[in-house]
Amino acid sequence: MSTETKSQVDIGDYQYGFHDPEDKYTFKSRKGLDKEIVAQISEMKGEPDWMRQFRLDSLEIFESRPMPNWGGDMSELDFQDIFYYVRASDKQERDWDDVPDDIRKTYDRLGIPEAEKKYLAGVKAQYESEVVYGSLQEDLAKQGVLFTDTDSALKEHEEIFREYFGTVIPPGDNKFAALNSAVWSGGSFIYVPPGVEIEFPLQAYFRINSQNMGQFERTLIIVDEGAKVHYVEGCTAPTYTSDSLHSAVVEIIVKKRGRCRYTTIQNWSNNVYNLVTKRAMAYGDALMEWVDGNLGSGLTMKYPAVWLMEPGARGETLSIAFANTDQHQDAGAKMVHCAPNTSSRIISKSISKGGGRSSYRGLVKVNNDADRCKSNVVCDALILDPDSRSDTYPYIEIDDADVAIEHEATVSKIAEEQMFYLMSRGLTEAEASSMIVTGFIEPLVKELPMEYAVEMNRLIELQMEGSVG
Amino acid sequence: MPSKLTIKDLHVSVGETPILRGVDLEMNQGEVHALMGPNGSGKSTLAYAIAGHPKYTVDGGSILLDGEDVLEMEPSDRARAGLFLAFQYPVTIPGVKVHDFLRHAISNVRNPDRKEGEELISMREFRKELRDRMSEQRIEPEFARRYLNDGFSGGEKKRMEILQLAMLKPKFAFLDETDSGLDTDAVNFVSESVRRLSTENEMGVLIITHHDRLLQYNVPSITHVMLGGRIVETGGAELAQELHTAGYEKIRERHPEAAVEQAEQEQVAGV
Repeated sequence: MSTETKSQVDIGDYQYGFHDPEDKYTFKSRKGLDKEIVAQISEMKGEPDWMRQFRLDSLEIFESRPMPNWGGDMSELDFQDIFYYVRASDKQERDWDDVPDDIRKTYDRLGIPEAEKKYLAGVKAQYESEVVYGSLQEDLAKQGVLFTDTDSALKEHEEIFREYFGTVIPPGDNKFAALNSAVWSGGSFIYVPPGVEIEFPLQAYFRINSQNMGQFERTLIIVDEGAKVHYVEGCTAPTYTSDSLHSAVVEIIVKKRGRCRYTTIQNWSNNVYNLVTKRAMAYGDALMEWVDGNLGSGLTMKYPAVWLMEPGARGETLSIAFANTDQHQDAGAKMVHCAPNTSSRIISKSISKGGGRSSYRGLVKVNNDADRCKSNVVCDALILDPDSRSDTYPYIEIDDADVAIEHEATVSKIAEEQMFYLMSRGLTEAEASSMIVTGFIEPLVKELPMEYAVEMNRLIELQMEGSVG
Repeated sequence: MPSKLTIKDLHVSVGETPILRGVDLEMNQGEVHALMGPNGSGKSTLAYAIAGHPKYTVDGGSILLDGEDVLEMEPSDRARAGLFLAFQYPVTIPGVKVHDFLRHAISNVRNPDRKEGEELISMREFRKELRDRMSEQRIEPEFARRYLNDGFSGGEKKRMEILQLAMLKPKFAFLDETDSGLDTDAVNFVSESVRRLSTENEMGVLIITHHDRLLQYNVPSITHVMLGGRIVETGGAELAQELHTAGYEKIRERHPEAAVEQAEQEQVAGV
């Protein structure tokens, strides 16, 4: 099968950066990274001393750590060739005419409204969402829910912020967590008080006047006892960016009987290294679910983790990766069983096409006093042509005898018989293969909020078009 | 004007093995043909070759639909031109809902010029039509939301094939052992459906079968017998009857050359 990628769907950072136009930063950092820049970032944001010190300490850790020698190829990543902090308004300066044709076409074919298109392409930094979502904001506030961007949270809710910030993923966790800790900006902060159940998914859309997603966003979610939230970030539509590194940190705490689902769809352009650390701690009888979709980017390394801290905690990760030409998705999940009677499930589906490479990398770890734990891992890989590649790296570390761990992995190619069947009913080759691929990920897509599911399927169709022959 | 399908001197092989060794067949829209013959004689191969399965290599001969060269067409274009194969073993396609699959199929077959990504037929019309056809085929409405053939019983799979036949309304349908694996009631039901559909839509039907049950409802105007990769005899309904009662011994005697080739093919196929 020869492969030609017609609709190279380019993906940018989905910076739902609803910044406040009143809040004028007068600063843009120069390229590169050093103490001066980190200190400046903190100063320009008017941060308390402890945060400034936290950033500087993190920078030292970052500088002292070697680059990881596993995962993907990062040899072309130049840390000194990156702007680490750009004030939000500067991001508006891209001209619509500069947005590449193929991206504009993709927007059209996804049926994205004009205003949103320009926003996604970075032409327009503010999305007119205030009117629509203002009342929802009020409702949440009445229930004591805090939902704001992370910078504002530090200013407005410093006490609770400081109690949890950096506790799930300390700067010393890994090189990129240290980098994020040094230069973070934007991201979401959510606190859900005990017993409050938020029935609709919280999305970045709901937030206003805040800088949201950036290159180094930092998200912190605290779900108090018996509370429930579903947070959705990202966007299936390609967002154009010229930034080359996205390194986020997401920390989540789910207290007793709490439930949290975190859904991400990321779709980056091929020039982006997408290196994200995501971890949740789930306490007694709590449930943490990651739904993680990765399309695009040159290299993604992302392994959402759940630490099961107390008996009865459950962790689940559903992950979809689509690696197209010049893309490497190194994605998976980690489940760490720290207490007895905890259970975890990992379901991973990956698709490789046009020379793309997808790897499942997962860890299931059971500590020695964590009796009667259960874990179930299922990885399915679909390879669409002989140039593409799929690997599975399952790591299992068990220090306890009384556990039940299951691991299944399958690798398949699109079966000729399935293709022929669909084609014999009038579907073209591209339609048939896109239908099979869509079917392959259907068990995960149906977990997505409706509008994401629709866009996700549409995007897969675009990626598949004219690509099989 | 009724359509005409003309197959001339068709040679087909699978890998290095020749299976069809010069098949001639002519069908008109509205006619019911029976294609009989022992295992390994090439009946299914003929059906697959007509539908355009990539594993079946055409080494010579022609298939024309109203003068158009079918062999030049992709399988999807053959479907759009009005050819339909009811599979003996329909494949399972996990995650693909019957409803979505059929809406795509129908959009293409009814608008043969439709390009990828263009509008599908209206959801409301499609839903109604699907619901009606499903109820005629005694298929529970929930099947529309199920994954194609995933966890279906043998009988359900066959009914799903007939449902597609009813929705796609081809000019010519090739039913590959549609009666196999079904109990008597199911065969009777499928037979009756095929009879009604072929009359209503003036389909040409080629029924590939070992048995005569399917043929009791769908009395063939023409019966063909295959042996060793050729159609060796063509007759009326009485020929099907004779084969059913007497088997293929007499056919082998009357066509010793084809019988030898048939024996060779059986050996290769391990029949």
